[in-house]
Amino acid sequence: MSQRILVGTRKGTFFVEKVNGRWKPRLAGHIGAGVNFVARDPNTRTLWAALGHGHWGAKLSSSRDDGATWKDAPQIRYPEGARHFLPPPPSETGEGEGAPTIKDATLLKLWCMNFGGDGRIWVGTIPGGLFMSEDGGATFELNRALWNHESRGGDLFSGDGTGTTRWYGTPAAEGEFAPGLHSIEIDPRDPRRIWVAISTAGVFETRDGGESWEVRNQGLVMEYAPNPEDTWAGHDPHAIALCPGQPDHLWQQNHCGVFYSENGAASWKKVSSPGDGVHFGFPVAVDPKDGRTAWLVPGKSDAQRVTVDGSLFVARTTDGGESWTALRKGLPAELAYDVVYRHAFHNAGDTLAFGSTTGNLYVSEDRGESWEGVAHHLPPVYSVRFG
Amino acid sequence: MAHVELTSHLYQFFPTLEGQKIVVDGASVREVVDALEALAPGFAFYVCDERGRVRQHVNIFIESERIQDRGTLTDAVRPDSRVFILQALSGG
Repeated sequence: MSQRILVGTRKGTFFVEKVNGRWKPRLAGHIGAGVNFVARDPNTRTLWAALGHGHWGAKLSSSRDDGATWKDAPQIRYPEGARHFLPPPPSETGEGEGAPTIKDATLLKLWCMNFGGDGRIWVGTIPGGLFMSEDGGATFELNRALWNHESRGGDLFSGDGTGTTRWYGTPAAEGEFAPGLHSIEIDPRDPRRIWVAISTAGVFETRDGGESWEVRNQGLVMEYAPNPEDTWAGHDPHAIALCPGQPDHLWQQNHCGVFYSENGAASWKKVSSPGDGVHFGFPVAVDPKDGRTAWLVPGKSDAQRVTVDGSLFVARTTDGGESWTALRKGLPAELAYDVVYRHAFHNAGDTLAFGSTTGNLYVSEDRGESWEGVAHHLPPVYSVRFG
Repeated sequence: MAHVELTSHLYQFFPTLEGQKIVVDGASVREVVDALEALAPGFAFYVCDERGRVRQHVNIFIESERIQDRGTLTDAVRPDSRVFILQALSGG
């Protein structure tokens, strides 16, 4: 089966297709625009791109002719009355100063998308919003149960809520310090069961299609907080990914390690191995069938955010994180400072692909054993998705 | 009738406006933006956010004066005014 890789970059959308046995990249649209995420809706075959135009704001773009032409989709807007607590930004001493303020919500960023088996389209945004369409993307509505979650400060549509928030911010918020929803994982067995992950709040799960949400941070740690095991506050999962064949198996990397759950995120187990360089990073790819098998592109601590010792490698586990193997064949062993962002690593079958901030794109067709560089001069890569 | 001049960047998203002499009714900047929205659906959300405020990195001028009211766009537009909608340069 022919495979295609959809690549969102800081300066446009690219496709990487296999032509006569070779992976070949080409510009596919949105030249000059930031493309945070590109994905294909398997229900309708529509391609979607989440754009950030800088001056002109965040816009959804779609293509119904497989990328030949793109046009603005109906746009996502926060509804009238949508307000949120804005935490005080960190000061030079590291502490936020003053009380949170209440702010009218406006769309800062479209960050991720996913598609349910029931045809629903889900979009994650900044500030901390989850939007859903039940009509193929003609209209989107804010999920109010998550927006009004107690951990966030309660219902600000009808009042002033609880007066405080446990949701903090991300520097990815286009100039503000607001939370961002970057991961949406949908249970293939039941599209009403969804996990989302938010920087900075943590993981939440719904089992009723988004009518109610439970916090799922048990077992995660925050070494940067006074109470590192507090399950409410301040967790910063960089991305979560589930195993489609075993959806109770979920993975994430964050500031404080690599974490694995085999019980639907009811609890997480730290499975880092700093001696193997496996501790800090952004994306994770999970085997489609075996939830114990996952791949990471490790980085060197949140203080540096570069490759470990200037050497680019992929780490793979096949035993739920008990052991890790460094896969280096075809990847640069020195003077490589590629960082791979949270959406820029994906897999389909035995094929894996990742793109980096330095414009490199690598593909493996043998489960990570060997890698081929298929592009080296792309704009910084934001997202990589097969589709 | 206000005479509207757009940064060429906006033609990338609204190619039907390119090369046109854009003349619209409007006694305020809000009315001018509304008229442009009618002419090119989707236009207003490029220039303003969902609360109707001019986006941070967009500038609107009436003749050579930057508009005062970026929140509700009440600045008056005279019948022969030229209105410029431009990107705000932030340096770099």
